[in-house]
Amino acid sequence: MSTQNDFVLAVEGLSVSFDGFKAVNDLSFYVDEGEIRVIIGPNGAGKTTVLDLICGRTQATEGSIRFRGKELTKMKEHAIVHAGVGRKFQNPSIYEDLTVFENLELSYPKGYTVFGALAFKRDAAVIEEVERIADTIFLSEELEKPAGLLSHGQKQWLEIGMLLIQKPDLLMLDEPVAGMSVAERRQTAILLRRITEGRSVIVIEHDMHFVEEIADRVTVLHQGKVLSEGSMERVKNDPKVVEVYLGH
Amino acid sequence: MNHKQITYFPRKDLIGFAILAAVLMLVLPMALDVFRLNLVGKYLTYAFVAIGLVLCWGYGGILSLGQGVFFGLGGYCMAMFLKLESSDPESTKIQSTPGIPDFMDWNQITELPWWWEPFYSLPFTLFAVVAVPVLFAFIISVAMFKRRVGGVYFAIITQAIAAILTILIIGQQGYTGGVNGITDLRTLLGWDIRTDEAKTILYFVCCLLLLASLATAQIIRRNKVGRILVAMRDQEDRVRFSGYDVSNFKIFVFCMAAAFSAIGGAMFTLQVGFMSPSFVGIVPSIEMVIYCAVGGRLSLLGAVYGSLLVNWAKTSLSESFPELWLFGLGALFIGVVLAFPNGIAGLFQRYVEPYMPAWYHGRVAAKASEKGNSTTSGDNVTPDTSEEVPTGSDKQPATLKGGHYVNAE
Ligand SMILES: Nc1ncnc2c1ncn2[C@@H]1O[C@H](COP(=O)(O)OP(=O)(O)OP(=O)(O)O)[C@@H](O)[C@H]1O
Ligand SMILES: [Mg+2]
Repeated sequence: MSTQNDFVLAVEGLSVSFDGFKAVNDLSFYVDEGEIRVIIGPNGAGKTTVLDLICGRTQATEGSIRFRGKELTKMKEHAIVHAGVGRKFQNPSIYEDLTVFENLELSYPKGYTVFGALAFKRDAAVIEEVERIADTIFLSEELEKPAGLLSHGQKQWLEIGMLLIQKPDLLMLDEPVAGMSVAERRQTAILLRRITEGRSVIVIEHDMHFVEEIADRVTVLHQGKVLSEGSMERVKNDPKVVEVYLGH
Repeated sequence: MNHKQITYFPRKDLIGFAILAAVLMLVLPMALDVFRLNLVGKYLTYAFVAIGLVLCWGYGGILSLGQGVFFGLGGYCMAMFLKLESSDPESTKIQSTPGIPDFMDWNQITELPWWWEPFYSLPFTLFAVVAVPVLFAFIISVAMFKRRVGGVYFAIITQAIAAILTILIIGQQGYTGGVNGITDLRTLLGWDIRTDEAKTILYFVCCLLLLASLATAQIIRRNKVGRILVAMRDQEDRVRFSGYDVSNFKIFVFCMAAAFSAIGGAMFTLQVGFMSPSFVGIVPSIEMVIYCAVGGRLSLLGAVYGSLLVNWAKTSLSESFPELWLFGLGALFIGVVLAFPNGIAGLFQRYVEPYMPAWYHGRVAAKASEKGNSTTSGDNVTPDTSEEVPTGSDKQPATLKGGHYVNAE
């Protein structure tokens, strides 16, 4: 049994209520170094809310979130990012009016302050890194294209690339393959396998084939609580899970 | 594929600046008499506000309906200096307290208020012209943006501030000149600003300052800050969760817009010879937004032409049909917002620019043909998107969805 500090992320007793409605209710889970954790659960189970809590978009009512021993619940959003937590939104959030290159460049971890940004130079290191990431996310040919013109799947990849360029230790992806074609899903699974080397990933996903393909462990959320947790094999055969989620 | 280094002045912008400079500093001075030229100079002072709005509103998505506040504060700072100079004891000896501005004397004030004292100094005044409005903008924007107040709420608050400041200025007649403002300004360090010669010189000073402000705004626009503003306007959360403290960028751009407005206000005072609350309140502030919208809220040059055009129309129309003007202005604004969301500049980019020769775009011919298909799909998508003015978010989705990239998916 490992001590708590071996976990990349330790969520304990986490609760949040919106006007009395407990979207997340006394939730605890732990993510290991280098693990791909998939969170599944029916619509409205609180999956997105958990990510919102971790990245500071929503304030927890109770509980703690420790990332490499650092308490995140009181930190500002941008500070959480600097600590090494990256988050992809459920709807692809990219800058449609900027080119793919500029999207990635804006995410390059340099020039975060106003004056830093004023002094920012597009130097060789930046260009090289942007090109490297573009290659990883299958967008090398699209660098000069306005991001608004990408296909839906490509937008999802672009947002993943915008996170990768920041080299986060914990990557959180909210439904990364939603709206993708079968071929794109397969490519995304390969992509995820490739990018998880040396970092932990939390993925929210509904597509069971995809989950099976990538998950190390699965957490099933239901009404803001953990319903079941373990390997895909175990979770799939858990009668509680079958009843509320997989059954229909 | 090469990603061009960030050029602050791509060729077509440079050409645009050169044409504007030529129009303002050669064509107009030769074509107009001093009276008309002075009028153009007055219009140009609003262009300072409009270019600030391009950055703040067009790029940053922060609509301020209170830019008159900063225009006015800049103008009042200048006016205080000029008023003190024209209120020397010799020329005010008939007052019960000579040596103080006439309106103070009329309001039974017998001593110059302490906060007027520093305005005896021209260097201090020039500093205050920018510093006072920027400090005020800083306080407002910190209070608002750190609390995540934005959008319509911010616009309404700026409008309320414009109203409050107007009421304050009018109410404190003894210290501010009240509803008449600070009038009867004569000399700047002994140099009579009312002569034709002075007016011509001030016009050129105004042009030079405007070109300098345009260059500054252009650098910000083409800089990483400019791209962050665009990103923030469309996907604020994405920017925030990419590690930026977005409020700081909003504060920065709001303060920049205030600084430009303030310079415009000071030049207004110098060229027109007075400053009054009628340039501070809600109506002038909204008019300034209209100048920017008509010119094109994403185009710095457009904002200048918009200010010139709307003001020229205002002067000619309100000379002949004074009561029609406000309706005309309202109709113009609605028309622009509905039909041409990117204003004159948008029309230019869409209908004129594609027919410009290759030297204008400053790119190699091969690259021009390579993009053929993107021109047919989007309406104003130029091939080198790094040189392109990003389209407003309200319009872009329609444009892009019509493009075949999305359909082909
Ligand atoms: N800011 C909020 N204010 C009020 N209620 C909220 C808020 N955010 C989420 N909720 C509610 O909390 C519950 C959980 O929402 P959440 O978005 O986390 O679900 P989810 O598991 O991500 O669902 P889906 O699979 O549909 O994405 C829902 O009932 C939702 O309506
Ligand atoms: Mg969700």
